Amino acid sequence: MTIPIRLTLNGHSQDIVLDDPRITLLDLLRERLDLTGAKKGCDRGQCGACTVIVDGRRINACLALAASLDGADILTIEGLAEGDALHPVQQAFLNHDGFQCGFCTPGQIMSAVGLIREGQAGTDPERIREGMSGNLCRCGAYAGILEAVREAALAPGRSEDAA
Amino acid sequence: MNLFEYTRATSLGEAVAAAQKPGAAYLAGGTNLLDLMKGGIAAPAHLVDITRLPGLSAIERLPDGGTRIGALVRNSDLANDPDFAETYPMVAEALLSGASAQLRNAATAGGNLLQRTRCEYFYDPASPCNKRAPGAGCAAIGAATRIHAVQGWSEHCIATNPSDFCVPLAALSAIVEIAGPQGSRTVPLTAFHCLPGAQPERETALGAGELITALVLPPEAAAFARNARYLKVRDRTSYAFAVVSAAAALTLDAGRIVEGRLALGGIALKPWRVAEAEAALAGRRPTPETYAAAARLALAGAEPTGAANAFKVELARRVAARALALAAAGTPARMPALPASPFGLA
Repeated sequence: MTIPIRLTLNGHSQDIVLDDPRITLLDLLRERLDLTGAKKGCDRGQCGACTVIVDGRRINACLALAASLDGADILTIEGLAEGDALHPVQQAFLNHDGFQCGFCTPGQIMSAVGLIREGQAGTDPERIREGMSGNLCRCGAYAGILEAVREAALAPGRSEDAA
Repeated sequence: MNLFEYTRATSLGEAVAAAQKPGAAYLAGGTNLLDLMKGGIAAPAHLVDITRLPGLSAIERLPDGGTRIGALVRNSDLANDPDFAETYPMVAEALLSGASAQLRNAATAGGNLLQRTRCEYFYDPASPCNKRAPGAGCAAIGAATRIHAVQGWSEHCIATNPSDFCVPLAALSAIVEIAGPQGSRTVPLTAFHCLPGAQPERETALGAGELITALVLPPEAAAFARNARYLKVRDRTSYAFAVVSAAAALTLDAGRIVEGRLALGGIALKPWRVAEAEAALAGRRPTPETYAAAARLALAGAEPTGAANAFKVELARRVAARALALAAAGTPARMPALPASPFGLA
């Protein structure tokens, strides 16, 4: 059984034929479209390393079937920078050492973009920690991540470019 | 994950017809179902994708003052709807205390009612489980039972329902709208989830091929807006299932409780609401003694399944009493930074 879908992927429309209904959005991105920024950590919706933004909302790509996303607008870490100009959240993670090994970082950054866009946390450290609790960091870089999100939340024009 | 046939339904009738196939399951947010399929716990032969069904994604205020929540409304959209959160604050607080932001963005209102227990032995295909394989036995009994039941369990199953959302919904007497091959019907939320008894494999009131289309909060549910809280004790302050939780709501007049609502989570296979406990609130002064009396009645007959969860009986009494005290103190003007947490209370 093949399932044709059309996605807008980082701003570009793409027709895809799925040859297996089990393909998750995460596997589609990583294994078929060569977009390996979103990481497969737990593959069970627990770690947040696969976070991407679908139709403006951050979700776990490992728990979404690609077949169900026909017509969706998807933003991954690869679509965040404009050329060589980093997105303010990316720059803030650099400024504050918001990572150590880097494995969880694409998910952290996409989650932060989603959080800022949702507009519920502002710069309140407690609300940011709560809003980022779906992204685990085994290196424990949480202090830097928190500062990065606080700085990015204050950046002008920071989230309008999120799909 | 097993191979399955995939159908994207475009109407309710089409969905119900497609779900007549043997081994069919409905797919909405998928946050629990895909996890179960990856673990080999669920293996539907046919997935009927209902995410495109029209008319199931709205939050509507009804002419009678009630509210209808479409089954496909995302948890985050419901919790962050300003009118909904103001009218039913403990429902919003419960939603925001559950899972992570990513999961709340995907998970639906209807799916929340259908999430399976988080019993570790249910999730482990190597452990016998009467839910997964009726008659196989229960590996949880006598084992690590920190998250297991102290009310309503049986010798066949001691699992709990993990939902936060369902706890305040039960307290507010929500109604579940159901569609299926025989047409549509409604079931009170408090009668939707089954206690395990001798048939733990039977989990909800849904019949074969039926699906949830909406949840309805009756008009009187809005009366509790100013004095309603959800309190959740868990092993981490965020992104953890409840060890014990309570939804408490009051109406107050001239220093007396007019009506009280109380439901507990994490202690049974369904949200635990006890009429006697609520009756003990009506007409009383809002004092610690009143709350303690109601909490005692809510836990009447409670029995731990072993030493590992004996603490939950007293913990549940205290959480219930404290939730009532918090409700009496008033709904916070703004959602607490840590929803439903006993820490940093607003």
